[in-house]
Amino acid sequence: MSVTMRVRAWTGWPMLWKEFISLRRDRLTFALMTALPAIQLVLFGYAIQTDVRKLPTVVLDESRSSESRALVQVLANTDNFRIVASVPDRAQAKRWIERGAARVALVIPPEYQREIKRGNTGRAQLLIDAADPQSSGAALSGAQLAAQARGAQLLATRLSLAPPVEIRVRPWYNPAQRSATFIVPGIVGILLTITMTLITSTAIVRERERGTLEQLIVTPIGKTSLMIGKLVPFLLVGYVQMSVVLALGRVFFHIPIEGSLLLLYALALVFIVASLGVGLLISTVARNQVQSMQLSFFFMLPNILLSGYIFPRAAMPEPAQWLGALLPLTWFLEILRGVLLKGVGISELWQELAVLTVFAVLLLAVSVRRFSKTLDSRDSERRAASRTATAVGEGREGMGENARGACASFDGWSVSRKRGEVGVSV
Amino acid sequence: MSDNRAAPVVRTSALRKVFGTLVAVDGLDLVIERGEVFGLLGPNGSGKTTCIRMLCGLVQPTSGSATVAGFDVHTQTEQVRRRIGYMSQRYGLYDELTVAENLRFYSAVYGLIGDEREARLAEHVADLGLGTRLNQMAGTLSGGWKQRLALACATAHRPDLVFLDEPTAGVDPAARRTFWETIYDLARRGTTILVTTHYMDEAERCQRLAFLSRGHLIALGTPSAVVQQFGATSVEDVFVQLQEKDERETAAANVANGANRPDTTAKSGKRAS
Repeated sequence: MSVTMRVRAWTGWPMLWKEFISLRRDRLTFALMTALPAIQLVLFGYAIQTDVRKLPTVVLDESRSSESRALVQVLANTDNFRIVASVPDRAQAKRWIERGAARVALVIPPEYQREIKRGNTGRAQLLIDAADPQSSGAALSGAQLAAQARGAQLLATRLSLAPPVEIRVRPWYNPAQRSATFIVPGIVGILLTITMTLITSTAIVRERERGTLEQLIVTPIGKTSLMIGKLVPFLLVGYVQMSVVLALGRVFFHIPIEGSLLLLYALALVFIVASLGVGLLISTVARNQVQSMQLSFFFMLPNILLSGYIFPRAAMPEPAQWLGALLPLTWFLEILRGVLLKGVGISELWQELAVLTVFAVLLLAVSVRRFSKTLDSRDSERRAASRTATAVGEGREGMGENARGACASFDGWSVSRKRGEVGVSV
Repeated sequence: MSDNRAAPVVRTSALRKVFGTLVAVDGLDLVIERGEVFGLLGPNGSGKTTCIRMLCGLVQPTSGSATVAGFDVHTQTEQVRRRIGYMSQRYGLYDELTVAENLRFYSAVYGLIGDEREARLAEHVADLGLGTRLNQMAGTLSGGWKQRLALACATAHRPDLVFLDEPTAGVDPAARRTFWETIYDLARRGTTILVTTHYMDEAERCQRLAFLSRGHLIALGTPSAVVQQFGATSVEDVFVQLQEKDERETAAANVANGANRPDTTAKSGKRAS
């Protein structure tokens, strides 16, 4: 047989062809694949704003002087506050905060300008609704910033001196400190995790539930072809999703792409393979589609919480950091942010690559072994034994029982073990 | 090669399969000729499924040997699988593919490609009367049509032997009749049919029957010969007799097991109850 003939006759082709048609026709999966990137982007890109800006602020200015107006202006300039109203008295200020219409009230007493002119300290008061620590933190730092800036200005004019110390902060990689810049690259990682675990494991379990896997086992199709045919389409789907998120992130969130996209796509392959391993593993444990979904979500939760996707790992207690280090996503996020935001290359990312490679090899080896076992009943004759014992013990039973027993014995450890127990306890 | 048209399609000798302490199939000698419609019957747990699974190369025999289409099921599994078709009760169809796509997929899995496949499928579709449904999604077919499509998928590569595992469960009588006509058509063209069923009217349609009970072959022959052998009035009668005998023997075996091995008494006792 010539090489081209061999290539054409490879049993993996029909698997791939069938899988792509199924993917295109299965509305739920297709929706998950296309809508998920968009939904995730809107949810996490727009809604999750960990940086608090423009806190609604009311001003109670009892000084009504040029100094008090200057202070309000400096405060507004920090961008942490947005002046929404002037109020005539403290009771009104309190009411604004209680209504939730304002989070901050600035109170400038009548003697404010007088004290400054006399060379004393002009005191103003900032009332903060501190129920939400993140916004109150922003108000605090904004207030300090404003006071320092105004104080330095006044000192400088009073003493005709330049300020002796000044620290100039340069926030690299995300100069505007927008959370979208931090979150959107992470969405790529989260999406790939969802696709590779949830959608892949469900697709394999569905094939088992419908009896098509059983049908395929008795055909000449090889195990390798079967697995490649089942996994490769999802790998491509993952790349499509990744490209969609990156493109949308670039257009709508102005995500920087500092490094090499080619490098990013190459490194993503290792992560995808590791995640496919998890998906395949879930499919060998789950008995039906519902279980595979539950298991996938169970796996997703630590990925969202511990990987550093939203919450910085540095702030976590050590055990949580160790757990996070066991997730492939944690390492892939470093790669994503490194390449996209910092523009670093392989020489900075080789550690992440090494860890991901270990994950990928381990996960794939374990899951492929387990998956082959569920296909190959030669390795699992004890399962069949328990099944047969069941059938004998049950004696006269429904007509379908025999066939169901046969299916179960194709289905892998958990199913048949369970059946074995049933046989014993009847 | 297997092209010796006179050679039997299935030949087993002293085929035996033991799972732990349980003998699932014990010393089975079977010869099934080309073009035969052969029924494999027996109560649940009698060894039918194990037998079929050994013939498909899914389970390795403990001892004895079996050849299918001239190939050893254990050492030449690959060749065997190319020459058999398998239709399960669950049909194994892809609901989201059309009738034509299901056929293309399964024939491609069996190595049929290109123009040869299209020509073969066109002929096959005409034979099985699937022509009007080619572009319909398999998931929207009625039970009878699904069954016909499943049979078409299992036979498009012209196997020497087709296993039908309870093929007509949940199908209306008219569809069952057409199904059996198709089966006989296939058999006339030289395809051997090995069918397991719980429907006794179907068992009576087989040319020869083999009754299994607790792993043993206890009756073999034409339906009427088997009925005579048991002094029964119908195949169904034979079946019920066998099942009752089976249950008695199973209970007896469990009691004996329990007496011999005290450590397993509780287990066996529970199972017997």
